[in-house]
Amino acid sequence: MAILDRKLRRDLWRIKGQVLAIGFVIAAGIAILIVMQGSLTSLQETRNAYYDRYRFADVFASARRAPESLAARVAAIPGVSRVDTRIAQDVILDMPSMIEPARGRILSLPEGREPNLNWISRRLNRDFEFGRPDEVIVNETFANAHELFPGDQIVANINGRRRTLTIIDVAMSPEFIYAISPGELVPDKRRFGILWMGRQSLEAVFGLDGAFNQISMSLTRDANEQFVIDQTDALLAPYGGIGAYGRSDHQSDAFLESEFMQLQTMSQILPPIFILVAAFLLNIVINRLIDTEREQIGLMKAFGYHDYSVGWHYMKFVLAIAGIGVVLGWALGYLLGGMMTDLYGTFFKFPFLLYQPNPATFVVSGALSLGVAAGAAWFAVRRAVRLDPAVAMTPPSPPVYRRSIAERFGFAKHLGAPSRMIMRNLSRWPIRAGLTSLGVSFSVGMLIMSLFMVDSIDEMLDTFFFNTQRQDVTLTFTNPTHDISREDVQNIPGVLRAEMFRAVPVRLRNGVNSERVGIIGVDDGADLTRLLDVNNREVTLPLDGLMLTDQLAAQLSVQVGDVIDVEIMEGRRPHLRIPVNGISQEYVGLSAYMNREALARVMEEAPSASGAYVRVDANSMAQFFQEVKKTPALQGVTLRSAALEEFRRIMDETMISAISFYIFFASLIAVGVIYNSARISLSERARELASMRVLGFTKSEVAGVLLGELAVITLVSLPIGCLLGYGMAASIVDQFGTELFRLPFVIQPSTFGWAVLIIITASVATGAIVARRVNNLDLVAVLKTRE
Amino acid sequence: MTESRDICFRTRDLTKVYQTGETEVFALRGVSIDIYDQEMMVLLGPSGSGKSTLLNILGGLDHASSGEVWFHGDVLTASDDTTLTQFRRDHVGFIFQFYNLIPSLTARENVALVTEIARDPMSAEEALALVGLEDRMDHFPSQLSGGQQQRVAVARAVAKRPGVLLCDEPTGALDSSTGVQVLEALEQVNKELGTTTIVITHNAGISDMSDRVVYLADGQVSHIEEHATRKPAKELSW
Repeated sequence: MAILDRKLRRDLWRIKGQVLAIGFVIAAGIAILIVMQGSLTSLQETRNAYYDRYRFADVFASARRAPESLAARVAAIPGVSRVDTRIAQDVILDMPSMIEPARGRILSLPEGREPNLNWISRRLNRDFEFGRPDEVIVNETFANAHELFPGDQIVANINGRRRTLTIIDVAMSPEFIYAISPGELVPDKRRFGILWMGRQSLEAVFGLDGAFNQISMSLTRDANEQFVIDQTDALLAPYGGIGAYGRSDHQSDAFLESEFMQLQTMSQILPPIFILVAAFLLNIVINRLIDTEREQIGLMKAFGYHDYSVGWHYMKFVLAIAGIGVVLGWALGYLLGGMMTDLYGTFFKFPFLLYQPNPATFVVSGALSLGVAAGAAWFAVRRAVRLDPAVAMTPPSPPVYRRSIAERFGFAKHLGAPSRMIMRNLSRWPIRAGLTSLGVSFSVGMLIMSLFMVDSIDEMLDTFFFNTQRQDVTLTFTNPTHDISREDVQNIPGVLRAEMFRAVPVRLRNGVNSERVGIIGVDDGADLTRLLDVNNREVTLPLDGLMLTDQLAAQLSVQVGDVIDVEIMEGRRPHLRIPVNGISQEYVGLSAYMNREALARVMEEAPSASGAYVRVDANSMAQFFQEVKKTPALQGVTLRSAALEEFRRIMDETMISAISFYIFFASLIAVGVIYNSARISLSERARELASMRVLGFTKSEVAGVLLGELAVITLVSLPIGCLLGYGMAASIVDQFGTELFRLPFVIQPSTFGWAVLIIITASVATGAIVARRVNNLDLVAVLKTRE
Repeated sequence: MTESRDICFRTRDLTKVYQTGETEVFALRGVSIDIYDQEMMVLLGPSGSGKSTLLNILGGLDHASSGEVWFHGDVLTASDDTTLTQFRRDHVGFIFQFYNLIPSLTARENVALVTEIARDPMSAEEALALVGLEDRMDHFPSQLSGGQQQRVAVARAVAKRPGVLLCDEPTGALDSSTGVQVLEALEQVNKELGTTTIVITHNAGISDMSDRVVYLADGQVSHIEEHATRKPAKELSW
């Protein structure tokens, strides 16, 4: 090993604490990039492969009842390559372990062959075919949640009849990677099950012989999706079609996409922060090293080492630290990436998971980190290269200090000497102090950015479950009906209050913008569902015209007073022009509201109901559900408390690990920055501090001078960090908004408090480590040597 | 003349062993010496003779391996770090070859650094006037010459009216005429404040200004030379 390399190795070992601190910051940046990019590509690959192997359709449409012969006409639409029809119906399941009913979605499968599209992945009894009419295949998550196995039976309320179904297998499907029951926010594996049944049995049950109510299509590579959608809509319109849609509007796929987008965003925001902070730290360290080794540099040159070999020596020093970080980051990223992907795998339901860390991410992240490190060291190394040997061997002139700005304005008259030292040191290297503060600010900001999600989600839940959706239970009828009156629902045992609603599938158009949504008709004076304005104040639904949620209004570029096109896709299917008379704020989904009578008027029908919002006496829940399970006309029961509980459970599971992840990495930045800054200060000022000890200052007084500087830097960074965090949170809110849900921009004071507390704790811990070094200063050795 | 005074420091069988790797280096091999109040003493000897080690132990910067040191009847060798810090704070002024001023503090503030924590200090201005720097008080170290910086160090050391002043090669980094200015300051302090002053040097010329010269060699006192009269510092040159 060359002598210079030996020196390099020992120099690195001497400042191993700093090397590790910087290495970890780099490692964190790289690991985050690899983990996020790795999970992202793995999940995307997995999804793509899954879609491909199981023939996930490209376009989906539902109708009331369409003749099977229509399938051929759909297949003839240019761009359509394959068509599959089926029967789908939501039913109520009576699960023995639950007092409340669960919702089941029954889907038909052709007997004796694979469907043309949307295959399922059979898990246990692959070869077992449908034989008897009441045999079903159940989706795996639901089966697992209820410990159901082939041979077990479940009771369903199908088309008004209680039927006992026998499970022959469990399965997964690309349609339900993320399986959400209508009206819910998150998948509920206990309360929402998918049941596949033989087509012929279902035709008989629902009276759909020779007919279907769902159709899906795959497209050719050059197909125009919108064209196919429009053509399909036209073909299905006479049969009660409620609007075709592509994959991007498919619920499960849309959720996956929004998750991918979040990963993508985070993988772009976070790693650069870490790498830049590391670059700054490397810059300080290499500058300090070159300062202290001035004489050695002179000596090497005097002995005949070339300028470039001296330069390369110091460059290697920086690259070695960065290299350690890169390797650590790769290892950490590889390990965590697999874990993270597995975690996603438990959340999203895939029959297989392809974890493929992308080699390009490794290469690019490594090269970028080394490049940034070299850039950070460039000017310092150039200084070493240009140092004249004769000059280098004379001691540098003492640093020039001035009175700090505060003192010049007379603010610091009563400060003691140690306080003046702190202030003057900070103002002697203002850029370094500023960047150090900024580094710590980023960790504060990062913490706020991750912790605020909890506030935001709490606010969303509060608004959704307590301010707008105030019913305990939502009953959904199989078909819109006049037969069930408010009084009927009111008479179910335990019901305290019932309000009927009407939901009508529509397509809203404003110029080029169009959205497929539901208009929800609510009675005047309804209390169980409330509408809120952007300031969270209750607004009353106008007696005429539409009220759109703000996200929907934004997507349609509609303002209050505009008149928009409304294509109703039910009943007489009128095309109407209806004014928008109000905008309400909702964080979940896209909805339009209208007075129920006004809705009936424009549809030219008598007021009917699609369901009812119900408040139930908490003591009579069991009785209420007993009754509900027997009611034939129901296809779904949504329980607010269950939905809320499920949401909280999932958030607890995912948020806790995500937040600990962020706290760890944010603290890493804080510790790295503060530790390095303290070590550099200590190295620059060991002599000064030792002098103070000799003069009779106690260890804690001396440590106070050094730690005081860190305290000032940390304190300055806190408000800046809070502002940064505010901005980062705002940009997250901005970028994460999808049609499915938006995050409200709410940061509780306690979130700022926690972020500040965590960073102060990290600073104090780091300070304590450095203070130990101050205590162990070798007074004699320090004072005997020339600086 | 020295016999009539009280003893400031008394050492008995003072030994200091440095453990460097597997070898033991004896810096002091049983030094027993009495140092009197108000005397000006010069420690003379070649490099490695143990001068600095002795000074550092007397000043409470270093611990002896064995033997004992008394300061006015208190046993320093039995003291812990906190006690030694308090001892330095109350009684000892140090002056080093490389000044060791705080670069971020002005001359006045460097002195104030000490007066702020001392029991009965003189004012920083008074201390700086004593070394003839009254017109340089608001200069930062980077704005002062070497001799001026060392005089600030002297002012800083004496401002708290210490009982002892320990000087390790105070003129080592200075030219002869600047060095004399510093020695004059030391002389004045010793005379006017009665501060026991111990000066390390390997410059024999300086020893003429002292009451006694203690020669150290190989970690031991080789001999002691007493001066009936002290030569004024301004007459010294080297």
